[in-house]
Amino acid sequence: MEQTKYLVVGSSHAALEAVTAIRMHDPEGSLTLLTRDPHLPYSPTVLPYVVSGRSAADGIFLRDEKFFADNRVQLKRGTALKSLHTGRNAAELADGSEIAYEKLLLATGASPAIPPIPGIDTVSYHVLRTLDDATKLNAAIKSSKQAVVLGAGLVGMHAAENLVKVGAGVTVVEMAKQLTDGYFDTVAAGLIEKAFTDNGATILTGSRVVKLAPSDIGVTLTLENGTTLEADLLLVATGVKPNMDFLANEAVDHDRGILVSDSMQTSVANVWAAGDCAQAKGFFTDSPVMNAILPSATEQGRIAGMAMAGDPGLKSYAGGVPLNTYHFFGRHAISVGSSRVPEGGEMVTRFDEASGRYLKAIFSADNRLTGIYGVNEFFDGGVMCQLILRRVDLSAVRERFLAEPMKVGREIMSRMWR
Amino acid sequence: MGMFGGAYNTIAFDANKCDGCGDCMTACATAKTGTVDQSRSRIQIVGSADDGFELALCRQCADPKCVTVCPAAALTKNYASGVIDWNGDKCVDCLLCTVGCAYAGIALDAGTGHVAKCDTCDGAPACVPACPHDALTYVTTSRIYNEVGDWEDLFAPGLAGCQGCNTELLMRHTLRRVGPETVLATPPGCVPGMGSVGFNGTTGTKIPVFHPLLTNTAAMLAGIKRQYKRVGREVNALAIAGDGGASDVGFQSLSGAAERNEQILFMVVDNEGYMNTGMQRSSCTPYGAWTSTTPIGKGSGGMPAQGKTQDAKNLPLIMVNHRCEYVATASTAYMEDLYDKLDKAIQASKRGFAYLHVYSPCTTGWRFPTDQNMEVARKAVETNFVMLWEYDRTDGLRFTRPVDDPLPVTEYLRAMGRFRHLSPDQISHIQSKVVENLAFVKQMAHRQSA
Repeated sequence: MEQTKYLVVGSSHAALEAVTAIRMHDPEGSLTLLTRDPHLPYSPTVLPYVVSGRSAADGIFLRDEKFFADNRVQLKRGTALKSLHTGRNAAELADGSEIAYEKLLLATGASPAIPPIPGIDTVSYHVLRTLDDATKLNAAIKSSKQAVVLGAGLVGMHAAENLVKVGAGVTVVEMAKQLTDGYFDTVAAGLIEKAFTDNGATILTGSRVVKLAPSDIGVTLTLENGTTLEADLLLVATGVKPNMDFLANEAVDHDRGILVSDSMQTSVANVWAAGDCAQAKGFFTDSPVMNAILPSATEQGRIAGMAMAGDPGLKSYAGGVPLNTYHFFGRHAISVGSSRVPEGGEMVTRFDEASGRYLKAIFSADNRLTGIYGVNEFFDGGVMCQLILRRVDLSAVRERFLAEPMKVGREIMSRMWR
Repeated sequence: MGMFGGAYNTIAFDANKCDGCGDCMTACATAKTGTVDQSRSRIQIVGSADDGFELALCRQCADPKCVTVCPAAALTKNYASGVIDWNGDKCVDCLLCTVGCAYAGIALDAGTGHVAKCDTCDGAPACVPACPHDALTYVTTSRIYNEVGDWEDLFAPGLAGCQGCNTELLMRHTLRRVGPETVLATPPGCVPGMGSVGFNGTTGTKIPVFHPLLTNTAAMLAGIKRQYKRVGREVNALAIAGDGGASDVGFQSLSGAAERNEQILFMVVDNEGYMNTGMQRSSCTPYGAWTSTTPIGKGSGGMPAQGKTQDAKNLPLIMVNHRCEYVATASTAYMEDLYDKLDKAIQASKRGFAYLHVYSPCTTGWRFPTDQNMEVARKAVETNFVMLWEYDRTDGLRFTRPVDDPLPVTEYLRAMGRFRHLSPDQISHIQSKVVENLAFVKQMAHRQSA
């Protein structure tokens, strides 16, 4: 049986950060990186830009073969993890072979969650999670005249914008009352929706598809209210679910994701998890949360790698802070932190209709920032995140901060953690 | 990975010198955007005259977060230049890098809709010369680290020096620079005390080392060098001696070797006292300094003891008057200057007598925290308490790091405990000596270059 000291499963941000962290502390220990994807490592986040053609499909790779050779990492592409045997520290692969590990990282990411709509198995549809998905969708949108996007999360909205830009008629169907639910608030979502409708898209929020059936041009969708939509291209972007089927029959604790400690260790010995498949501590909650965003994946991957290599510099995970950025029709939206107003806290907003600039800041009762949202109002998200994580007292500068969050944030940064 | 493999040049900011004029931002905006719109500058001065000015600028991190959170492989750490390069063809304007960076080092340029960050203008940053107050400097000392890092360390990895000892730094750098074809003399003092002569029959250096008497270091080394010459072998003859050994009992042999123009390099590590044996005063101990033999207290005969009552002997100037091949003063706070002088001294020692006097703060004897060595060494130069100059017979004496606008000497004195007791009269005596010494060296520089 093949043996390796470190086995990292997955090849995106969490996995790559773990490799970096392991090699910083242990330059020699044998390291194998296993991925189901046939390509070099890339980020799911870049895929909407492959769909639009802005990113060349061969220009998005985060590492090349030389990186793995230089770092003595054995790269196994196109081979999925089938099942784990934690009792004997072995990973069984899809091709039937096994790898014995000393330490294992599960950074297996997530896959599209396909809603159980009657008829969905009778129609053809697109999803967007892998490079191959993106390449297929890139080819399909060029000939699309009328497309339907199911789900108004960031993946769906990115794709919808690309379809609008190639001239297709686009309808976005979303179950929630607003689009980008969970990322941006009602006002921001309203600004995003207006940008889409101004550009000819149709947004149907609070709508549920109850039936899908094949049609001459592609798919007929029936909505809850009885209306039907015809689509020559259907994209299902209703969210993701963590990849953890390989845990079947194993005693690795999991909930919505693989449950991990503050050093990303799972409930069983020698196994860690990080990134979109992991359910880790949230900064704003006591219970573990899914925070499937890129910055959390890198941080969790770094922590897991340090823990696996025994790096004494390891610091425990501070907890996931929601961080999102979104570019739409030349405008941008940034959200940092929680949208929930803490008890005794306050939410302050300002909106300038002429410029479309919108800012929302949320403070705790003792004047600590807990969340900040902006549309067309640029601020340094990384600085804001530190203000939240460090629980910086903003009493003395609150009014100035609301007027000029970028400038005041930088002033505080330069004094506190330069 | 290339990570942590080298040192890089960097833009340094001295907040104390910044008055917030914004000229750097204008220069950056001009160079990078063709406009004078300061909001588009990649260097951002923030703060106010009341609270002080500070900087938001890409730090070109060694382990950059912006790179790790970029989904498009548009940001890369360039391990040759140290700069984090941004590739506009790959960037998708997602702004995730601005969320990853905790220092506002990469931000949206509203003029282009893309992110922008400092690229150090390919090694000639436009902001630096634009600063009218020298608050910005482009530090290029990384060259030393990168070159010296590849040379062999010829000193023992473990040693018995005090924590934070400046002399260890000097030993390691000097031995790396002179290289393995060297014979080393280390008379009694801190240098053998910390282990150069070794323990239990082994030496603490990877080159031949011997332990002469305090009195005969230069004489013995000169003889060894002559013997090597006689057998036709080219070696560097190097002495590393303390100020006590050189300026007091060892002075006769030092002066004699200089007068005979022996082909040796004599380096004095001036920590201003006999620090190895319990911090007794030497003739290089400055006026007012506490040592174990110039104590602070009631004194006797109605005369309170207030530290040393005599001024220090200026040994390097005495060596200039031997008309050596080369004489220089140096400080570990100015490594580029020190290396430059080491190179010249080694070359000069192949022709005749070379003398290098290195001011070397002593954490134990001078009473300052072990992490403050460089700061103390730097303050000595910034106040003109110590002057960095060099001499050779052709060009005479010249300053290598002239300090036009020196800090008051109190800035230096208060950095350490040995001057804590000083009275205002003593401080004004020291300040007037600094002025006098400067005028004296200036006069020599003027006379000899004329």
